[in-house]
Amino acid sequence: MTKEKKRTLTTYAIVIAAWAVIEILMRAGLLSSHLQGLLVPMVYYAITAVALNICVGILGELSLGHAGFMCVGAFSSALFSLLTADVLPGGLRFFLALVIGTAVTALIGFLIGIPVLRLNGDYLAIVTLAFGEIIKNLLNAIYFGVDSAGVHVSMQNQMALGLQPDGQTLINGAMGVTGIPHDSNFTLSVVLLLLALFIAQNLIHSKQGRAIMSIRDNRIAAQSIGINVVRYKMMAFTISAAIAGMAGVLFSHNISTIQATSQYFGYNVSILILVYVVLGGIGNIRGSVIAACILYLLPELLRGLNKYRMLIYSIVLIVVMIVNWAPAAIEKREKLAAKFHPAKSAEKKEA
Amino acid sequence: MGALLEVKNLNVYYGVIHALKDVSFHVDKGEVVALIGANGAGKTTTLHTLSGLLRPQSGSILYKDKEIAKMPGHKIVSMGMAQVPEGRRVFADLTVEQNLRLGAFTRKDKNEIEETLSMVYERFPRLKERQKQVSGTLSGGEQQMLAMGRALMSHPDIILMDEPSMGLSPIMVGEIFGIIEKVHTDGTTVLLVEQNAKKALKVADRAYVLETGRITMEGKASDLLHDEAIQKAYLGE
Repeated sequence: MTKEKKRTLTTYAIVIAAWAVIEILMRAGLLSSHLQGLLVPMVYYAITAVALNICVGILGELSLGHAGFMCVGAFSSALFSLLTADVLPGGLRFFLALVIGTAVTALIGFLIGIPVLRLNGDYLAIVTLAFGEIIKNLLNAIYFGVDSAGVHVSMQNQMALGLQPDGQTLINGAMGVTGIPHDSNFTLSVVLLLLALFIAQNLIHSKQGRAIMSIRDNRIAAQSIGINVVRYKMMAFTISAAIAGMAGVLFSHNISTIQATSQYFGYNVSILILVYVVLGGIGNIRGSVIAACILYLLPELLRGLNKYRMLIYSIVLIVVMIVNWAPAAIEKREKLAAKFHPAKSAEKKEA
Repeated sequence: MGALLEVKNLNVYYGVIHALKDVSFHVDKGEVVALIGANGAGKTTTLHTLSGLLRPQSGSILYKDKEIAKMPGHKIVSMGMAQVPEGRRVFADLTVEQNLRLGAFTRKDKNEIEETLSMVYERFPRLKERQKQVSGTLSGGEQQMLAMGRALMSHPDIILMDEPSMGLSPIMVGEIFGIIEKVHTDGTTVLLVEQNAKKALKVADRAYVLETGRITMEGKASDLLHDEAIQKAYLGE
């Protein structure tokens, strides 16, 4: 128990230390504005990686639709912030936007979970991929506005909304949502990352978490000891979706215009997040955060190399994979570790 | 008082295949009842239906005078019916103790859980020795013990066991059946599904013979053990 607690606290400490270092560098003016602009995205990808790890690592089901959940969180919170931009002060508005974005995504995740969790394995992955694409394409085609007469929705064009002169178009089809207040910042993002980590760690070490993991390990055995399989699967999937929605809120409040394009919410983004999770270690929450940060920054920092940057990025992926998971590499690593910490590795062997 | 578990005219289908045909039997409180039969006779199907994994087309399952045929599996467990699934099915990545504690998932009282845990360790000294060991590294027989111990952790009134002797060495089979007898003398009712008819009939009070989805014979286990037809078909003599 204490060992797990130590590990959890170390994770928080790493995040806070990283935040402090970056914050100091930023204050000292040592970070270029390009780099500063990457910080918030880096953190929301880390949050989404934590979310996906709950689904893939803890529940043991492969989801390829998490970009879709980010999309729901981004749009629902953006709408709220636009509607209340003149009424509420910034801090309170962002807090409520966060609550609403997360809650709406949780609801959507729950509804999608009902059909999706009847499947498992590859089939589940394909269906989540489809749902993610449906969400993206739906938000790409929808026109949504409000005026004094109420809410208007259309799937044709902006004119079809028939808004009064005092009306406001909130979602303008493929043009997306514009004029979202810039309410998020790096510090807030890190606080949300800590919150996501806190939720994930508490879930893992709770009775519910153990039930979820027992379903992952052996469904029939789990059922035979009286675990309500459907309920706990839904619980994990919904929590995972909600956290991804939270990351979406950060996304939309970091740039003033969001569009439901493949670049931000397509399945390739879902796969990118899956890469973070797999490289960081499936079921390893801390690993997800570290992998997401490094792998997000890497291609951006390699921009100077122009044509070669994706090539280098791909090679890094392959090398990390081999160093982490090839049996021979694991053996070598353990031998190396034994040289440096003989006592520690002996302890490990006994366990 | 009626039987603890009473099954009446149970019909179960897999698609178009009629797997159980009008199966009826009962288990009284304190008994060990064996359900024997060859491969594909419907033994596991019967257990899966009892534990809520399969839904019967028709028929009733009365447990403690309550109809449970349409109840979800997890509720049936919390009513005091525990299962030891076929092929052991332990949580391979968890330690022995973690497996056992998960068995008490439906229970709330912590003191009672600790009490049951020490009872289980007393019953299975070998599990106590291996408390901290990851259960995937246990031998087949030890995993079977763990699955049985885990089922006992829910403090059941009746325990359903699916092929506990499957794939075990003869010595281990003897040990497992010894444990079944002890579990029984501790006051737990047992419904035992077995291919190893000889061993099953030796520990059981009564037995039913399943053949291609139908119950073809029933009676006192000691009578069946000496029945000529049974000896020919199942005991290999």
